[in-house]
Parts: sequence; C-alpha cells; structure tokens
Amino acid sequence: MFAYYFDLALRSLRQNVVLTALMIIAIGVGIGASMTMLTIFRAASGDPIPQKSAQLFNVQIDSYGPQPGVPLAPDFLPYRLDYIDALALMRAHRAPRQVAMYPISVDIAPPDSQRDPVQANGHATYGDFFPMFDVPFEYGGSWGSAEDQSHAPVVVLTRRLNDQLFGGADSVGRTVTIEGDAYRVMGVMQTWRPTPPFYDLGSGGGRYTADDEFFLPFARAIDQHWRTAGGFGCPSRAGIIRGWDGMLTSPCVWIALWVELPTAGSAAQYRAFLHNYADSQRQSGRFNWPARVALRDVSQWLDYNHVVPPALTTLTGVSFAVLIVCLLNAAGLMLAKFMARIGSVALRRALGATRPAIYAQCLMEAAMIGVAGAIVGIGLSETGLITCRRVLPDDFAILTHLRTGDILIALLLAVFSALAAGLYPIWRTSRVAYGAALTGQ
Amino acid sequence: MSRPPVFSSLRRNSLAAALIALQVAVTLAVLCNALFIIRQRAAEGHSLSGVRDEGDVFAVDIRWHGATAQIPSRERTDLAALRSLPQVTDAVASIDHPLGGPTLGFTITLHPEQPDSLVQSVVYPVDDHGIDTLGLRLIAGRNFGADQINDWSYSSGLPESIAGVIVTQALANRLDPQGHALGQIATLSPGPITAPIIGIVARLQSTPNAENSPLEQQSLLWPALWVDPRGFYIVRARPGEVGAAMNAVRTKLYEIDRQRLIMSMQTLTQARRDAYRGDRAIAELMGAISAILVIVTSFGILGLTSYWVAQRRRQIGIRRALGATRGAILRYYQTENLLIVGAGAIAGVVFAVAANLWLLRSVALSRLPLLYPLVGVAAMLLVGQLAVLWPALRAAAVPPAIATRAV
Repeated sequence: MFAYYFDLALRSLRQNVVLTALMIIAIGVGIGASMTMLTIFRAASGDPIPQKSAQLFNVQIDSYGPQPGVPLAPDFLPYRLDYIDALALMRAHRAPRQVAMYPISVDIAPPDSQRDPVQANGHATYGDFFPMFDVPFEYGGSWGSAEDQSHAPVVVLTRRLNDQLFGGADSVGRTVTIEGDAYRVMGVMQTWRPTPPFYDLGSGGGRYTADDEFFLPFARAIDQHWRTAGGFGCPSRAGIIRGWDGMLTSPCVWIALWVELPTAGSAAQYRAFLHNYADSQRQSGRFNWPARVALRDVSQWLDYNHVVPPALTTLTGVSFAVLIVCLLNAAGLMLAKFMARIGSVALRRALGATRPAIYAQCLMEAAMIGVAGAIVGIGLSETGLITCRRVLPDDFAILTHLRTGDILIALLLAVFSALAAGLYPIWRTSRVAYGAALTGQ
Repeated sequence: MSRPPVFSSLRRNSLAAALIALQVAVTLAVLCNALFIIRQRAAEGHSLSGVRDEGDVFAVDIRWHGATAQIPSRERTDLAALRSLPQVTDAVASIDHPLGGPTLGFTITLHPEQPDSLVQSVVYPVDDHGIDTLGLRLIAGRNFGADQINDWSYSSGLPESIAGVIVTQALANRLDPQGHALGQIATLSPGPITAPIIGIVARLQSTPNAENSPLEQQSLLWPALWVDPRGFYIVRARPGEVGAAMNAVRTKLYEIDRQRLIMSMQTLTQARRDAYRGDRAIAELMGAISAILVIVTSFGILGLTSYWVAQRRRQIGIRRALGATRGAILRYYQTENLLIVGAGAIAGVVFAVAANLWLLRSVALSRLPLLYPLVGVAAMLLVGQLAVLWPALRAAAVPPAIATRAV
C-alpha cells in the first residue's frame, strides 16, 4: 500500500515538474534561512558553563544611589563593585566559594631568556577561581588560600602563554618576570574558552572571546598598584579621586564578584545576607538610600548584559518571517495543484477509493515535498553558515555549524509544515462531490 | 470591462489569492523594517570622527622595548624624521586614534565643588601637531605651543597641572551650557589636575560604536608627548599618496633603529571598516534576507498564476473566440494581480507599523518614516506586475481555436 501511494505521489509530482520544484525550493529556502539564523543565535546565546550555570552567581550592590541628572533605568545597578564592598564580601566568606576579580594588562618575560617581554591580558583573582569555574589544568593547579593571604607572587598561565614563554614544557615551579618581579608558575591551564567569557564580560577585546592569558592573586595586584584594564565607573558622589588610595576608598566600581551557591536554599540565604550587608551600609551612613542588591546566576547575568545583541534577535525573528512566507508560498502552490487534480481524485473515488485512502495519498505527496524541501534546506543552511562565517566578525561567528539535532529539527519542521500547508487543500480535495466532477461540471 | 470576470474568478480562488496577499503583506512588513535598520546601521558606520579625509591618515601601532627612559628622545627622533618625509604632511604620537580601541578616560568639570557637574571624557594626549595631523577644525581659541608639551605615559604618573586642554564643541557645551567654556579653568580627575580650556574643536569622536551614548563626542586633547611602550604614531599623508607614505614610514622607522615593533599599520578608513564590521554584517544579512523574501514571493506569484493560466486555457480560448483581444487577456491577469497584491500591500503596511512598534522597544529602533511603507507598497506592486508578466503573456498567446477542441 505504502509503495503504491509512494508511486502515485511520484507520478503526480512528475506531472508538473516546475510546480513541484517551486514548492520544494520554497520550503527549502524557508528552512535554510531560519536554521542558519537559529544556529547563529544559539551559538551566541549558548550556556558557557552548563554543568554549573545555576550555581554560580554574580553579585551586584547599589553603591551609586540616586544619580541626579544622569539618565539611568529605574532598575539600574552598577555592573561591578567598588573595592570596599568587594573586600567586605570576600572577608565575610558567606558562600562555600567566592572570588573577586579585575582585569589587568602587564608585561611578562621569561627570566632565563633574552627575548622581549610580551604584553598580556589577565585577571587578578583568588585561588578559588579555578575549582569554582571548573578550569581544567594541563600541569600543576591553582594557588591556595595561603597564597591569597600572603599576597604571594605566583601565577597561573594559559596553555597559549605557556607555549609562548616555555615552548609548551611543564613550567610548574619555574618563574616568569611580570613588570620586573619574579612570579612562580603554579599551574598551566588547558585551553579554556568559555563562550561568552561570562565571568567578566566586556573585559576582553571582543564580546565573545576571552583573551585572558594568565591569572594571579588579587591582593598581589593591589599591592603593585595595578589599575584595572577594564571598566571603571564612578557615581557622582565620587568627586575628585586622589591617587591610588583615593581610588581604593572611592565608590568607583571596577571589581567583579562571583559566589558559588550549590542549593536554592543557600542562594536564598546569601541573597538575604547581601541585602543585610547593603542595609548595614545604609545604617552606618555610607549609603543614604534604601538597600538594593541583585544575585544573578550565569544565564540571568548574560541576559542582563544583553550578551546576545538585540539586532541578532531581530534577525532571527526576521528569518522566521521568511519561513512563514515560504510556507504560505508552498501552501498556495499546493492548493492550486490539489484543486487541479479534482478530476482524477473524483475518478478514483468513483472507482471505490475511500476518503481515508485519498487522504493518505495526498498526505504522502505533501510529505515527499517536505522531505525534499528539508534536504534542500539543510544544504542551504550549510551554505548560509559558511557565508555568515565570512561576513560576521569572529566574535559572533565562532561555533557556527549545524548540529545533528538541528538537521533532525529541520527535517521534522519541513515535513510538518508541508503537511500543514497541504491539510486544507487535501481536505477540500477529498470532499469532492465526485459525481459532479466526473460529469465535467 | 475586464473587472467582472476578475472578481468572480478571485472569489472562486479566494484561498489561494489570500495566501498570495498574506505573503505580500509579511514580505512588505519585513522589507520596510529591514531597509530601515540597514539605513540606520549604515548611518552609524559613517559617524563623524572629526578627522578630515580619513583615507589619508594612518595609524602605526608601536611597541617599544628596552629601557623606557630612552623612549622620549627616540620618539622625538622618529617624529622629526616622519614629518620630513616628502609623502607625509604631518605626524603625531598618541595613545590611540578615534577609530581605535578603548582609550583613556577622565572626568572633567568647571565646578569641582559640585560632584553633579562631572562629565566623562576621553583624553587624547597629543603635541602641537595633533590638530593638523588629525585635520580637526579649531573653531575657537588656539593650539598648544611647542613649549607646553610634557612627556607622559601610563607609568609616569599624573602631572599636577598642564598648560591647557582643547575640548570638543560637544564637551564645551556640556561643561558650560551658556557657551563660555573657553578660557575657564577645568578640573580633571583622577588627579586632580587643573588646566585652562584654551581651544575648542568642532568634532572629535571619542570611541567608535558610541553613537547612542552621550560620550560620543566628549573628547579632549591633552598637551603631551605620549611616550608609553604602547602607543601609536598617527600620520597624515599627502592626498592620494597614502600607500607610498606607509611604505616610506615603515622603511624610515626601520632605518632609524629596531628598538620598536610595528604591530600594524592601517588607514583610518580601514580602521573604521573593522570597528563597524558587526553593524555592517547585520546590515548585509538583513539585505540578503530581504532579497530572499522578495524572490520567494515573486516566484510564488509566478507559480500560482502560471498554474491558473494552464487551468483556464480553454476558458481563455473561449474568451478569445468571443472577441477578447490579446491585450484584454493580458490586462485581465495584470488587474487580478494588482488587486491581490494591492490588498496584501495594504495589510502589509499595518503589519510593518506593528513590527516597527515592537522593534521600537526591543532594539531601540526609531519610528518608521512614512516613506518606507509607501516605497514598499510601490515596490511590491512592481514586483507583482513583473512576476505576473510571463504567465500573463502566455495566457494572451492562447489561440482562440483551442475553444473548439475538447479537453
């Protein structure tokens, strides 16, 4: 039976090759455009640390207060913390793990070589950074809390910097010279590129690529008076800042703080603690406005920072409008085709074909168009993605290839939409009053 | 004359006609907004940097190695050599250029006792050749004197005071809305550093992609020779000689010594292209998708009309036999198409405005000017007429004799 319907459908499709081709191309183009944009959109909005994204929280505190004359959204909170708050929260140690960090840019040289120093970007942070963000190590490991507390000159290198400085050898225990001082290498990371670099957005060069090359203890960087290489914002009450100590005591924000809270209960507790902390700052007179804080997990933090450019969301929406137009197109063509076949359907009905049989025959035809459309669509998506990789900046276009799951989705979408497009015409066709149709009415 | 058969035939094929109209509507809605977004993006890519003839100016990204104490004298040697090259009109050392990356930020105010009066600004350290090299338009006050320039780098700390600053018109207006900023003493932070405002330039972009932020034109020139290990030489070539000038600069610098690395060399036109690459990519994708939409819709019209023509060959033949001219048959299909596409276009204008209202909120697009839907309607009607032409001509070619044949 199946083979017979298949044969019937094939004959019908062959009867008008141009119309069949138009339907297949219409569905293919729609699937191609929408799958291309969906893949790019998903790559841009992917979860950088899926195994832990719900347990890692960024901390925000309203250390700005009302800003007269500055147009800020009512729910605005500073993106980072000032030094006073960051240090207080680190000392309070209310989460199993917490790390403050800020980006720095320094000159690094291997001491045993006459080669020139290289300029490298990295982060000043705490030893907990590595277990907290599941950073994989090639050699050695992270530094511990002892090094954090003693402001030790130690460093963790990325594989890339280790390749550059030590030719990829196990450099643990050796020293590199950073801005003139010797730092002991504690570990060499494996390639670790969370996309986007959620832990400190906007501190790297591009939106989607972390260009960190090394990490070293936060307290050490503060001792060295290394200024942030990233964002630095001040509320109006900061006034004029005098010198390094003036910056540390100012309400200017430049430090990112993350905490790891394994359970919903611990997150709620921490949120309450945070609120109490901000409120205590109000009571002590440092803030003269009501306490406002936020604790956002990784995906909330990415949303809040508009990591997916709104224009990309629009483009994805537009590509689905293309899909709709293509399906309407295919539906119109299919309608014309089935309506024109009323004569042959009437004949088949008169010869004893039941209505379900007519349904099945027509649905088979629609499904075949769908499958063919999907194959064309997948081909077009691949072409589209190759083109996009060329057109889009690197920070958009990484990770853009079609996944097996996507191919399946495209296939289902195409077949389903071909069937949906064919449903009404098929219904009309099968309802034909065959007596009248046969007599040429 | 050809109206009645058009209407009765449309009624019989109402669903297929409605599908075409709906396609036209969605296409129009997307097309209007996509073109509008493309226009806006393109406008941002042509932001006014304030630099005259960007194609004649290039930035040389420099890294010095060796002792930092040597850098100031070496830079003076370099700059003197570059300025004397025949292909070069002027050159300056600075931290970055207006189409480069993130730059040096200071707050500035005329009223340091009022914290609310602090304004963010981006600082370009340049010597007395800065204005000429960049080609900025000095609209009030004067340039720095050669004797007012001090060496400055990230590691040299902040001076207590400087001889003066030159601000952009936009910054001057923020500092003193009454327009009397020139000559007043400004306080810069961190520091604090005090300096009189000695000049005002018409424009100088602070950083690319800041079009919608107040920071866009809030920049100031600071009298300094930038002597950090990381910096830029900005060079203005004689008009049309930028390629030769770039080669000459590279050769000259390597001839002097090899104490510095030339990381890259690009004209500001190229830098602009890089800085706005994301915007352009979005615009290109929008354009591609719009083109696909129009093509798909026109093929849909073509396919369906061809089918109708094939189906109605006998009726067309009968009409021809009864005296209808070829022109009448042609007009019949054109009228039919006009009605369907016209109805779709009217619905499309409504869709376009609705989509625009949604985009207003989600991507801060401004309100769609009326011109776009009007041009869109005209374009859709034209596309419809073009798509229908071939099947309509085929219909007109049906011979009247076909009426006499049985199907």
